[in-house]
Amino acid sequence: MPTFYGSAIDSPLLLGTAQYPSPAVLAESFRRSGAGVATVSVRREAGGSRAGEDFWRLIRGLGVRVLPNTAGCHSAKEAITTAAMARELFDTPWVKLEVIGDTDTLQPDPFGLVEAAGELSRQGFQVFPYTTEDLVLADRLVAAGCEVLMPWGSPIGSGLGLANEYALRTLRARFPEIPLVVDAGIGLPSHALRAMELGYDAVLLNTAVARAGDPPAMAEAMARALEAGRLGRAADPMEPRDMAAPSTPVIGQAFLP
Amino acid sequence: MTITVNGETREVQKSALSAILDELGYADQAVATALNGEFVPAAQREVTSVHPGDRLEVVSPQQGG
Repeated sequence: MPTFYGSAIDSPLLLGTAQYPSPAVLAESFRRSGAGVATVSVRREAGGSRAGEDFWRLIRGLGVRVLPNTAGCHSAKEAITTAAMARELFDTPWVKLEVIGDTDTLQPDPFGLVEAAGELSRQGFQVFPYTTEDLVLADRLVAAGCEVLMPWGSPIGSGLGLANEYALRTLRARFPEIPLVVDAGIGLPSHALRAMELGYDAVLLNTAVARAGDPPAMAEAMARALEAGRLGRAADPMEPRDMAAPSTPVIGQAFLP
Repeated sequence: MTITVNGETREVQKSALSAILDELGYADQAVATALNGEFVPAAQREVTSVHPGDRLEVVSPQQGG
């Protein structure tokens, strides 16, 4: 099970809290998934509103760690300020750092990301960077102080799965000691399972569960897929080969040529 | 004086950030603040002065992915 900045989490699923049809469905999805971490955010609130407090009470009741994000930030400066506000509200040094560089794909801005990761690390934050699958960028993020990397599988909310398995495998091979989380793009349990087969430590997803017809059932399906992938990886899979190799013993077979 | 609160123009009477939050109805809400793009910790609100034209952000916990 993954360990992030010294904290062991007893599930490889980090689950988002947005877009559920109701708070009750959100809570039930968390219960059935066994997710150990909930991602949350901060937004402008009107005076006299209780929306933020009601939501925070619901999340506290789930008994999970919270990972605040800096969603919607398009510069290092915005992300750093948002992270500081989130740290005060949620009382955690954890931050899922998002610095968006492109509005259509929500692709991270690698330059702003490294800048913000360095500054937040200096300020004592424990940074979970939402990044692309780029190897050199990952290296810079680690140098900037990140002890977790969260490469995208494909664009946020797309459900396209792991678009670049080669690069994700390369990250796993190059950073054997860094917890790796596929963040974004998971649409199906098979995508989540594949991430674990590749040796990833965890998966962060939201839309695939929240926008499913039956979110709690999908949450449980994701949890089971993650467990199957983890077990399969640990069981040391066979090597694939191009030609057939008979699985039934041939010794003593009748009609041998 | 006129300031911008969460992107909207507002008239406020007080000058300390803590007093302005009370004036705007945030008195007992769990919120975090930033003034002109800089985070202002809760403990600093009483000694932080707001000036005409300043941009104030007031945020609370929300759903996120």
